[in-house]
Amino acid sequence: MSLIRMSSPHVYKANSTANVMRLVLLATLPGITALTVFFGWGTLIQIVWAALLAVAFEAAILKLRRRPLGFYLSDGSAIVTALLLAVAIPPFAPWWVTAVGVFVAIVIAKHLYGGLGQNPFNPAMVAYALLLISFPVEMTRWTSPFVLNGEGWPVASFMDTLGAIFGSVEHIWYDSFTGATPLDELRHRGGLTTEETWRQSLVLSQGIGAWHAVSAAWFMGGIFLLYRKIITWHAPISMLLALAVCATLFYGFDPDSYADPFFHLSTGATMLAAFFIITDPVSSATSNRGRIIFGASIGVLIFIIRTWGNYPDGVAFAVLLLNLAAPFIDLYSQPRSYGHSRANKGRGGKA
Amino acid sequence: MTGAMTDFLLILISTVLVNNFVLVQFLGLCPFMGVSNKLETAMGMSLATTFVLTLSSVCSYLVYSALLKPFGLEYLQTIAFILVIAVVVQFTEMVVHKTSPMLYKLLGIFLPLITTNCAVLGVALLNIKKQNGFIESIAYGFGAAVGFSLALVLFSAIRERVAVADVPVPFRGAAIGMVTAGLMSLAFMGFAGLVQF
Repeated sequence: MSLIRMSSPHVYKANSTANVMRLVLLATLPGITALTVFFGWGTLIQIVWAALLAVAFEAAILKLRRRPLGFYLSDGSAIVTALLLAVAIPPFAPWWVTAVGVFVAIVIAKHLYGGLGQNPFNPAMVAYALLLISFPVEMTRWTSPFVLNGEGWPVASFMDTLGAIFGSVEHIWYDSFTGATPLDELRHRGGLTTEETWRQSLVLSQGIGAWHAVSAAWFMGGIFLLYRKIITWHAPISMLLALAVCATLFYGFDPDSYADPFFHLSTGATMLAAFFIITDPVSSATSNRGRIIFGASIGVLIFIIRTWGNYPDGVAFAVLLLNLAAPFIDLYSQPRSYGHSRANKGRGGKA
Repeated sequence: MTGAMTDFLLILISTVLVNNFVLVQFLGLCPFMGVSNKLETAMGMSLATTFVLTLSSVCSYLVYSALLKPFGLEYLQTIAFILVIAVVVQFTEMVVHKTSPMLYKLLGIFLPLITTNCAVLGVALLNIKKQNGFIESIAYGFGAAVGFSLALVLFSAIRERVAVADVPVPFRGAAIGMVTAGLMSLAFMGFAGLVQF
């Protein structure tokens, strides 16, 4: 076997933003497929609608800022933001909910701060949190998985779904197949113990598989991103670990009042957040140690908000809270630089 | 004892996170916007405000329960609290001036301005309104100050980063600061419902 001898540099092609974004889009395919299979055409329609809006808003604001359109539009970052928002909002949310969300994400959270690479908050999560607070009714009406609605797959035909989203069909019609998510059920269970809730709730006893499958799909996408070295393991693993440790402690202590760790890991937006949201290189902490602190804190906050807060899933708020702490974490988690015996913590010295 | 500790902890969580004085109750916004351009000044301001807030919370409680209430002078509470706060601030100013002239210089006009920080007066008045006891007043004042400091320090770290970002010209400076403060407030709404207090 003859080895090809080459001198450095061995990496001869920089990984462009557009390429990274393409790989992220590719990695979301399993998750989108799972969502479409279990919750109907809504997700796909929302994604296309959000992506169209995102490109339009991005083009408009670039025009206003007098920046070259082609260069900024072709990196695909607006489409990734739109996609992450579209998979987080309910599949049958009306069209204007998505429109408001995309506007907030692209114009306010991204371009007011100078555009790609300079936004301190994750645009998709800003939009989601704002929508959740402004339109709680629309945002908490998640679809029941097709196994529960009696008519089998798909949840609704393509044209009906389109009609429901763009407002030509009465609201009553799609109320019949929207329902509580597993996290909702467990959050609003009154005085029941975890086990009793589990037995009584149809969503938990029969429909939970759908959420497990969706989480597994996001997990697969995440592994792909890790394998392609688009993201590092630090933030996702520490987040999942922190969430699991918190859940195990409380579940072990009092299994009647708290959900088990597997439930926390495999429902809601846990997996989506772990691999696609908190790994955003811009709004998260920069150093590896910083990312571990960042991820672990998000995990703990998700558990706290899910268990005691007003919102059944605290992912968006947990991410935003740590986004706003990230610059501070960065200051105190700088790695040791070569030639110095200690890391330069805080502002220290002549910075 | 455990009951008192739990109360103390609940007051702290409530005032620092759930009912954060700056981001949820919108008190003390002037120093929040004014002293958050640099992290060092923000930290100095946080320390000074923590000291003043805790002390004035206790002092105003004492003045209220020992002087105003026995003589039936409750209607004087606002003016009495302003006086108490002014004294505490003056005292803090003297201490900072002697111990850390550098910080004194950095804080400049903002140190005397703690007098007009509405969070300080707000805490004093809310203590009375919530009928907090002596210990509760300490916890409430301290929690409010920690919440203020948390918001201010995190905000200034973000603002330092935003200052070098390519923000559209009409939004530079205070405008983007306001937007950021709004988004921080949005994030803090996630804590809603943690503690009913």
